[in-house]
Amino acid sequence: MALNKHMRGQGVVISVPMIWMILLFLLPFLIVLKLSFSEARLAIPPYAPFLEWVRGLPRPVLHWNNYAFLFTDPLYVASYLYSLKVAAVSTLCCLLLGFPMALTIARARQPWRNVLLMLVVLPFWTSFLLRVYAWIGLLKHNGVINNLLLWLGVIHQPITMLQTDFAVYVGIVYSYLPYMILPLYANLEKHDPLLLEAAADLGARPFKAFLRVTLPQSIPGIIAGSLLVFIPAVGEYVVPSLLGRSDQLMIGRVLSDEFFENRDWPVASAVAILMLVLLVAPIMLFNHFSGREIEAHK
Amino acid sequence: MNDQVCLKIENITKRFDDFTAVDNVSLDVQRGEIFCLLGGSGSGKTTLLRMLAGFEKPTSGRIVLDGVDLADVPPFERPVNMMFQSYALFPHMTVEKNIAFGLEQERLGRDEIHRRVGEILAIVKMGNYAKRKPHQLSGGQRQRIALARSLVKRPRLLLLDEPLGALDRKLREHTQFELLNIQKQMGVTFIVVTHDQEEAMTLSTRMGVMDHGRIVQVGSPSDIYEFPATRFVADFIGSVNLFEGQVQEVSASRLRIRSEELGCVICADREVACTPEAKVWAAVRPEKIDMTRTPPAAVAAGAGPENLCRGVVREIAYMGDASVYLVTLDSGRVVRVTLPNDTRDTESRIARDETVYLSWTTGSPVVLTE
Repeated sequence: MALNKHMRGQGVVISVPMIWMILLFLLPFLIVLKLSFSEARLAIPPYAPFLEWVRGLPRPVLHWNNYAFLFTDPLYVASYLYSLKVAAVSTLCCLLLGFPMALTIARARQPWRNVLLMLVVLPFWTSFLLRVYAWIGLLKHNGVINNLLLWLGVIHQPITMLQTDFAVYVGIVYSYLPYMILPLYANLEKHDPLLLEAAADLGARPFKAFLRVTLPQSIPGIIAGSLLVFIPAVGEYVVPSLLGRSDQLMIGRVLSDEFFENRDWPVASAVAILMLVLLVAPIMLFNHFSGREIEAHK
Repeated sequence: MNDQVCLKIENITKRFDDFTAVDNVSLDVQRGEIFCLLGGSGSGKTTLLRMLAGFEKPTSGRIVLDGVDLADVPPFERPVNMMFQSYALFPHMTVEKNIAFGLEQERLGRDEIHRRVGEILAIVKMGNYAKRKPHQLSGGQRQRIALARSLVKRPRLLLLDEPLGALDRKLREHTQFELLNIQKQMGVTFIVVTHDQEEAMTLSTRMGVMDHGRIVQVGSPSDIYEFPATRFVADFIGSVNLFEGQVQEVSASRLRIRSEELGCVICADREVACTPEAKVWAAVRPEKIDMTRTPPAAVAAGAGPENLCRGVVREIAYMGDASVYLVTLDSGRVVRVTLPNDTRDTESRIARDETVYLSWTTGSPVVLTE
């Protein structure tokens, strides 16, 4: 009896997030999946119904041509590749910047550690959109950076930074850096400082000790941080729209254009589904390694 | 050859802000010795060890190893290795890799490294565990790997921080003897830090007792146990009955001390210089007191109440091989007495609430002036 009651209570606890997940993630996903196999129509809603009635029986209609279209038009392939490249380079930059920062925070003494962590999280207190807009003011032709460099005499002509790949990298690295630092910090903070003393005692210079002891142990943190940056960066929409090139779009921009400019919902859905497929591999990798991380700390 | 000084510590002091962890310590350690630094927490023993390893810089004083001043030698260049209390094994490396780590830093060839790792694993009897990771080993096995890792570089000095602290009792005893064997085999000088007097007594050839950053007494384990220099040492090592008293009479070979709290006169062999009426303490170990139901014959004959008092047994702690008795004297003072349980005849043993006589010989008390 008691066991039964206990089990029922557990069921209730689990069912709440389950219902949440089904309503807000699974259902919308299925709708998008269904849309991607539909056909565009000039109607409201702007697509053909999924089910056709043949002799009083419903029959699903699957159109694969949306997906075929994505591979025939080089615009889409180029956008996918460009998005992957931007995300990969940004992730690498975040890692190179974030690792020393996370290490410094993890090794700082107590009042300082909290202050530094606070500084990492502080940008979240203002709107993401506002912060990206601020970069326009910094990067534009007669913006803060160009004016400063001109005044210092470093340059004689303003440099074009806005609407370049450089601006996109700056925007994405700036926006996503905390997502790299926090998991790295969580990992590095758990390292036993005695291990570095042991390495020194056994004859390893500080840099060697870092390579052989700190770095191998921080791999789960590196993977977690990299995926947390890479996955959202692939579909990033705001940063490339405001700071990026107009001749080369990232896939997030393509997707929104298909929805709102072309009103071609089926193709837009196909773009979204294909992006998801591209990201499934890193997401599964993430799950695998975070699972292992938890296992290792048991 | 054997009494060569290996390590010379000269007037070393370490201050953290306004706290003095190590206070003007000087010490010579001979080659091939096992020297134990024994002290409670906060006595400065670990700080001293960390200065030898190079993790802390002395505020003043010198550390000289085989004639070389170590002041400006960083830890990674010192011919000194340490076995950490928590072992500090690298969790992401196999046993083999852990041990090879130190040799790799010396840029030895792969074959040489492989050979020496195999050798040391055989010495600590862990040859079958080379491919395991530290978390797949038991506490005792990790202890051996930590020892192997610190010994494989053939250091001139091996520092051991509470080497047996994390092991359970049975394993400790076994490991203790093995550690002695390995030390003899390798001929390395050991410095062991411990708060456990048993560990210090069984391991060390010599030991130093530390208190408040100072070394209070240096000597062989039996010297320190039988001839403690101060009340602190007497009380810290083993258990002891300390009786306060005043010197009554000093003769060429004997000392008579009048003790109020004991209610009798203590007669002891004269080992320290003291003047009549000086305040002294007589330290008597519990196992050096004889406990009988009737007064010993010599006293019964009327020699006077010297080294003899009467009391009632209040508590008995049975330890198997011996029993500890707490006896309340007529004066109210409680005395601790240990008697070996040398027969199986439990009937004849002294029981609770029995009246007993405590006596000892003139060689038993140690007279302390501080």
